[in-house]
Amino acid sequence: MAELVAVIASTHHPFYYRASTAPPEERPPFADAWVAKIAAFRETLTRANPDVLVMVGSDHFHQLWLDNMPQFLVGKAPFYDANFYNEEREFGLPRMLLRGQEDLSAHVLREGLDAGFDLAFSNELRIDHSVTCPIITLRPEADLPIVPIYTNIFAPPLPRPKRFVDLGRTIRQLVESWPSDKRVAVIGTGHLSLELGGPRQFGPHGPDPEFDRKAVEWIASGDIEGCLSEVTLDSLWEPGNATHGFMDFMLMMGVAGEGAKADYVDTLDLFHTMEAYFTWYPNGVTA
Amino acid sequence: MSKYLIDKFLFTVDRDPDLVERYREDPRGTVDWWEAERANSILGCHSGEASTWLRFEDTEREALASHDYVRLFELGAHPFLTLTLFIAMFERDYDEPLAFQKEYGMRLQHFSLPYPDIAT
Repeated sequence: MAELVAVIASTHHPFYYRASTAPPEERPPFADAWVAKIAAFRETLTRANPDVLVMVGSDHFHQLWLDNMPQFLVGKAPFYDANFYNEEREFGLPRMLLRGQEDLSAHVLREGLDAGFDLAFSNELRIDHSVTCPIITLRPEADLPIVPIYTNIFAPPLPRPKRFVDLGRTIRQLVESWPSDKRVAVIGTGHLSLELGGPRQFGPHGPDPEFDRKAVEWIASGDIEGCLSEVTLDSLWEPGNATHGFMDFMLMMGVAGEGAKADYVDTLDLFHTMEAYFTWYPNGVTA
Repeated sequence: MSKYLIDKFLFTVDRDPDLVERYREDPRGTVDWWEAERANSILGCHSGEASTWLRFEDTEREALASHDYVRLFELGAHPFLTLTLFIAMFERDYDEPLAFQKEYGMRLQHFSLPYPDIAT
């Protein structure tokens, strides 16, 4: 069976690419510290030596739209074009092309359906910065095949937080039951407190540092029960109107498992939102 | 209420570079044209199929036609769609990085939780 060699949860900050690639005179003052943090985070994936990446993210009204909105969708395609015109325009993100691991997509869909998740699928999926940001930060070579899994954290009605955790637990079981000798990393991105298009946006810090502190503690300690006891669809409006993206972190806590302490934890307090980076090695990792 | 149609306008304009410029330069004309010609297009159908029933309410049409993003927030337009399109149109008019985004937030300061419902 396949081996789950790393579980990684991260924020996906679309400004990182531009901040890290701009010429020196245009680099923001925090860019060097940010690049150093990302380099250290990247090493946690490199050390796991994965063959395949399962990428959990959320389409930001790019390909998925309100006339036909899936709650959870799995890409099943040999290739995925990536990034959209408006991401190029606003964030300077490059167009990319990623290979797909189609047999793992088929396995996730078949076994996921049988496990009680009515997963939608796409045979022609263009992925956006929720998936390409962690490729840029963690695997800039973009050389590993992927299985993209999209969640709806964006267009109400949303699945409840526990459903995200349960899907994470199931994704882990599906990866570990995949008849393959591949080494698989599951990487998911979301947000801590975040406000977009509201009165608390683009402040000197994230809109709710106290939520961020608790969220980092829940994730780092694998405290799924504690997190679920406080986080609801209603409560997530309070830290910021885009904070439902935190449910993708909760999904990744489900992948990592109850009580699983992260092997690597780092954060970076930026304007607008806090960055956070977590890595678990379910079976350890060579030094 | 046709929050869905407001969102559909923002979504379809935002993804078309020519429409972004047209809406910036001629908001009222673009909204009128779009409502007449595009509002009923079913985006997921590959050619020609259309709905028959979609139209803006007067307050919604006016908010779009006057570039009034504060009013759009109040009406429950999806804030990500509004923000993204308005950055595309107006960030260029400001000298400092993020100046438009900060002004946008300031102009919404009178809203407190719970914000207007964005469910469609």
